[in-house]
Amino acid sequence: MRHIISILLENEAGALSRVAGLFSARAYNIESLTVAPTEDPTLSRMTLVTRGSDEIIEQITKQLNKLIDVVKLNDLNVHGHSHIEREMMLIKVKATGSKRDEIMRLTTIFRGNIVDVTPNSYTIELTGTSDKLDAFVGSFECDSILETVRSGVMGIARGNSALHV
Amino acid sequence: MELSGSEIIAQFLKDEGVEYLFGYPGGAVLHIYDALFKADEVKHILARHEQAAVHAADGYARSTGKTGVALVTSGPGMTNAVTGIATAYLDSIPLVVISGQVPTAVIGSDAFQEVDSVGISRPCVKHNFLVKDVKDLAETLKKAFYVASTGRPGPVLIDIPKDITDPNIKIPYSYMPTISMRSYNPVIKGHQYQIKKAMELIKRARRPVFYTGGGVVLSNASQSLRALVQRLGFPITSTLMGLGAYPATDEQWLGMLGMHGTYEANMAMHETDVLIAVGARFDDRITGHLEHFCPNAKIIHIDIDPSSISKNVKVDVPIVGDVDDVLTSMLKLLKDDQDNTDQEAIKDWWKKIRQWRKKNCLKYNKKTKVIKPQYVIEKLYEVTKGDAYITSDVGQHQMFAAQYYKFDKPRQWINSGGLGTMGFGLPAAIGVQLAHLDQTVACVTGEGSIQMNIQELATCMQYQLPIKIINLNNRYLGMVRQWQEFFYEGRYAMSYMDSIPDFVKLTESYGHVGMQVDKTSDVEDALKEAFAMKDKLVFIDFITNREENVYPMIAAGKGQHEMELAPDSELV
Repeated sequence: MRHIISILLENEAGALSRVAGLFSARAYNIESLTVAPTEDPTLSRMTLVTRGSDEIIEQITKQLNKLIDVVKLNDLNVHGHSHIEREMMLIKVKATGSKRDEIMRLTTIFRGNIVDVTPNSYTIELTGTSDKLDAFVGSFECDSILETVRSGVMGIARGNSALHV
Repeated sequence: MELSGSEIIAQFLKDEGVEYLFGYPGGAVLHIYDALFKADEVKHILARHEQAAVHAADGYARSTGKTGVALVTSGPGMTNAVTGIATAYLDSIPLVVISGQVPTAVIGSDAFQEVDSVGISRPCVKHNFLVKDVKDLAETLKKAFYVASTGRPGPVLIDIPKDITDPNIKIPYSYMPTISMRSYNPVIKGHQYQIKKAMELIKRARRPVFYTGGGVVLSNASQSLRALVQRLGFPITSTLMGLGAYPATDEQWLGMLGMHGTYEANMAMHETDVLIAVGARFDDRITGHLEHFCPNAKIIHIDIDPSSISKNVKVDVPIVGDVDDVLTSMLKLLKDDQDNTDQEAIKDWWKKIRQWRKKNCLKYNKKTKVIKPQYVIEKLYEVTKGDAYITSDVGQHQMFAAQYYKFDKPRQWINSGGLGTMGFGLPAAIGVQLAHLDQTVACVTGEGSIQMNIQELATCMQYQLPIKIINLNNRYLGMVRQWQEFFYEGRYAMSYMDSIPDFVKLTESYGHVGMQVDKTSDVEDALKEAFAMKDKLVFIDFITNREENVYPMIAAGKGQHEMELAPDSELV
């Protein structure tokens, strides 16, 4: 099953590679990983998407907790809890002739924004679940996509519970 | 007090109560060596190879329970140390390894003797640090000792660029006696509810067995383990790493379990209904084929490391906590409780175990002219009155030592269990002997392993360490050969070494005493003679039976009950 694991870790050199190294050393897979400092500059917040059986996910969270740089973590997919997840994408597509109007309409349907325009291309910003971004990408023909960049998934638990020190 | 980075290191080690520092100098640590030289407080032991320096620190740590400390230079100094660090990591031994690094300004430029020490060591340390500012040095040192020695212990590396130790840059220093870290708070106290649940299972058990590991030794829980096991009257077995935590001469002791464990220990594991795993981690050398592992058992698992629990084998009652703390709580519950165990069932269980014992699975022919390695270990046990510290290398001799030397005390048996590092025995013995100057220390080794760190004979001479080296010389890499005999139709690929040195002359060239023994009838006298030389290192080269195999054996991937015993021809 797919799990989103939120991690607060010390904002120190090497902390990211400890997490990445753990996954490669123990042959766990990482689907996506995003990390940035929090409002407390000594802490980074990482969101990690992985897949595995319940036993593997249990080992992953235990092994992560064992890393000295990990301050706290939370599996957002624990039974009985719901969460919000978002991913952001910037996509640059060919936009010429009648395509220009069509792409604008498509962007509106997906609640995206065109953030850069040239005579031949649009760059579109889109936020949502990974599925939504996939669907948007799927609505273009392959050869019309010039470049895509995705942030990886970020997640947060619904309700009052919060991951903080 | 205003000190330079290198002076801080010297002063901190003294303040922390470090007795010995094992190391090898080089460019990046010259400032540190100069400060150590001037301060002359901590005794520095000069090994002949960085790997050996770390193993010696490790041997010191294993035999005392204190943190071992090693100092190596950058680049090759650090890469040589990696095998030692990984050895300590796999067996959870508290070590602090300080490595020099090229100056901060040239890090990343492929400077002379530069490697990414933090990157290289990351997968085999509990934690590591790169010191980027001399102001962080004292705190980092304290953190390193704290992390290494608490929770599940392990090695910690501190990489220190040369400019950080510059003798001309002085900053205020004061020793921090304690430290706390928000991201590191190991659980010590076991959960009372879980402990009670475990006690309920234990009281209902009809065929219980204790399976204990290195965690009992690390947690200094030997006393509470003995008290609990004896109070309950249950049988007990242990992994290679846990030997000595429970006395091997006691009636309730079943011997070691696992791949080369005893018949009674493995059969008891196979038929148990309540398995009490204490500070052990269900390693593949213990479990054999996981599907056949303890098929009828409810499993209680006590371990300080939550990630050890249900990693390989799903357990029923996990208890996270310090082994000694949990066992003490259990003992207390048992004392408060009038309910007793199922005495009748336990009696029947022992009857069954005694039947298994009758197989006498460790017997061998003692009357051969050619020396049997088992015989050497049995005589070693007798001559040292079971009281010596025994270090070992890795291979057949290690298994024979584990099977035939009856360890009655924790920290008496020092070997590389997890990583299986050949070359560990002699340097580890150096650390053990330094920590216990008036005690007998013997290194059980083979002609393959000893040559992986033979240069340490020079270290032994420099510091006058009267270690006794028991070399079981079968002119083969015995364990490799055994597997080749069993699983590769006897094709002995590279398991024979041509041109083995004359160990007697070799030992003598280092200034020690060398002896060679090739007849069974001479074994005992030779050992007595060697151990009578209290102030000399003696290397005894025992020419043993070439194709001796270690039995019993569970082949890799087989179940615990599918043990092979020694073929009848071998038996008396």
